[in-house]
Amino acid sequence: MIGADAVIKCLVKEGVDTVFGYSGVAIDPFWNSILETDIKTVLVRTEQNAAHAASGYARTRKKVGVCAVTSGPGATNLLTGIATAYADSIPLVCFTGQVDSELIGSDVFQEADVTGAAESFVKYSYLVKNVKDIPRIIHEAFYIANTGRRGPVLIDLPADIQLAHIADFKYTDEPPKLRTYKPTVKGNTLQIKKVTKVLENAKRPLVCVGGGVHLSDAEEVFRKFIEKHRIPVVSTMMGLGILPSDHPMYYGMVGNNGFQVANRAMNESDVLLMVGARVADRAVSAPDLTFEGKVLVHMDVDPAEIGKNVGPTIPIVGDAKHIFEDFMGESFYCSHEAWIASLNNYRTMVRRGDVKDTGFIDSPEFVRTLSGKMDDDAIYVADVGQNQLFSCRNYIMKKGSFFTSGGMGTMGYSIPAAIGAKMADPERQVVAVCGDGAFQMSMMELATMNQYKAPVKIVVMRNNYLGLVREHQHFTYKDNYSMVHLGSDPDLELLSKAYGINYIKCEKMENMEADIDKFLKSDESCLMEVMTDPTETVAGTIA
Amino acid sequence: MKKIYSVLVENRSGVLSKVAGLFSRRSFNIDSLTVGETEDKAVSCMTIVSSGDERTLEQIEKQLNKKLDIIRIKTFEEQMSVSRELMLIKVKYNKSNRREIMETCQAMKADIVDMSKNLMIIQICDTPERTRLMIKLLSGISIVEIARTGTLALQKCE
Ligand SMILES: Cc1ncc(C[n+]2csc(CCOP(=O)(O)OP(=O)(O)O)c2C)c(N)n1
Repeated sequence: MIGADAVIKCLVKEGVDTVFGYSGVAIDPFWNSILETDIKTVLVRTEQNAAHAASGYARTRKKVGVCAVTSGPGATNLLTGIATAYADSIPLVCFTGQVDSELIGSDVFQEADVTGAAESFVKYSYLVKNVKDIPRIIHEAFYIANTGRRGPVLIDLPADIQLAHIADFKYTDEPPKLRTYKPTVKGNTLQIKKVTKVLENAKRPLVCVGGGVHLSDAEEVFRKFIEKHRIPVVSTMMGLGILPSDHPMYYGMVGNNGFQVANRAMNESDVLLMVGARVADRAVSAPDLTFEGKVLVHMDVDPAEIGKNVGPTIPIVGDAKHIFEDFMGESFYCSHEAWIASLNNYRTMVRRGDVKDTGFIDSPEFVRTLSGKMDDDAIYVADVGQNQLFSCRNYIMKKGSFFTSGGMGTMGYSIPAAIGAKMADPERQVVAVCGDGAFQMSMMELATMNQYKAPVKIVVMRNNYLGLVREHQHFTYKDNYSMVHLGSDPDLELLSKAYGINYIKCEKMENMEADIDKFLKSDESCLMEVMTDPTETVAGTIA
Repeated sequence: MKKIYSVLVENRSGVLSKVAGLFSRRSFNIDSLTVGETEDKAVSCMTIVSSGDERTLEQIEKQLNKKLDIIRIKTFEEQMSVSRELMLIKVKYNKSNRREIMETCQAMKADIVDMSKNLMIIQICDTPERTRLMIKLLSGISIVEIARTGTLALQKCE
């Protein structure tokens, strides 16, 4: 057996069934050995998208996503994808080929110090120096990626190590023993009791959920907790989907792109539970987060997140699922009907304005209609830009999932991530929504989609601009536009045809519903070009 | 505020750069950083001195704790530590100031460890304040070169 065989054997043991990637001589032994197994391989069209696809896969299956690329340019291309996963705590194991061990450090052809370059956005990285270490390293890598605060782990595999003979191969099922890594998953019992006390005395309690609730697979127990104690809930962008939009206890997304009622709830609450949320700048810049006079309970599996931006009254370190299971075991009683009534009252008071006919498709209305018609358990992947903000504000969540690149805001995320999601669960409807800018950053993946029969639905919100930056320049530079005009978008109908994908154009409000019905009708892939108003602003629609 | 972090790390290549990189990426101050093996060859000890407000100093500890190559972190305030710094200082001397230099060395408990006709190397191992004072005392004379370790520190016994 050679090193590459050992690597693949480990992947089989870890239950990996799909690997996204790109080839190159330095990773060839890996791709050669994988042929011996049933693992499905997906050749994306640029390395960054291997990581994005693995991320969509990981979020759908709630397990580690795997990708592999070659050394040098393959590895450097992958970096944006790794950084994107790191920012959203998505568990990945990423393999990069590397030049022969003895050549490392001599700047030979296609050498890049990728472990060095990736250091600040991986959870951990390995440069494999001895073939014997392969089983241990891979076992550790999966464990590290998928425990505690999840995140990407990088394994740099020199070509000679992949080819070296490995004598005895052993792989255990035991969690690895790492003296420096012991994530806290159980919340401290005393702290949990403290929180129940605080909740009992609260007049205006509120829970703000973030991506951590998804990552720890805590949605179900969280819903039960909320329904039992009737505590209002708001969400960060990464927490979207934990409660369905029509849930009576749900008041929408917070933050500078969020809902007034959600931000108001944040401001007025007297006890605020932040769960698996980073208290990041985008999420808290609109609520007036003077936490004075407020009891702030911050729960996160990563102790470094607690108190990073605001000092909490009660910190709880642990995995959200464990914590809420413990909460369900506590008996306490609280009643805040007056608070709920005042929030409900406020919710009915703020009404969005009527949709004006500008001759274009109204983006918020489009997102509402589209998501309203999508399958109950559909996966919606928003890209980055105005389309993303329109999406997260107006998306009607049922039992499905909402993915986007929240922490990094990486344009071009939606299509590869949607492909990964579709491969993870071919039964579910998957819709990627992107702007015409981001589309052109990932449109090469239409080929991947076609080749592997991953019938993703793609919406391109076409405004001929890098819309969100245009909006910024509209407000900040008084309409002095620079570097935001996409003068010549490709003919998307011809392009769809070239890739063998159905095409629909949506340009009139009166036909919008029918267009969407047509778009969603079959299980085949389809691209819908939605003609939107270049002057439309997200800021103008905030309510 | 100043804080000393005594950090035990796996003695592996790349660990120093990972730790130093963490400071630069998050724009934490490194006032000084020294590294050496411990009694266990697989483990090194880093002594890092940093300054900042309370929240920053706490973040430093939390972020360090996240690094998988770090085994254990001990932190203590400067006044709770015994700290030493080693400095070698090369000066140019002549007949007229030789005596004065030697007297300074005596007063500061520094040693002259090398000498030629017009150059000498003085060694001092003392607290960071006293090493700084030594530089000040010698700055009237022509200092040719200085080599300093960072601060080494252990928490006081009591
Ligand atoms: C890789 C990358 N480059 C640049 C940016 C900065 N950026 C944020 S939004 C945006 C415009 C997006 O335009 P488009 O994809 O057309 O979507 P729209 O805002 O028009 O919906 C840009 C350039 C980014 N987020 N990611």
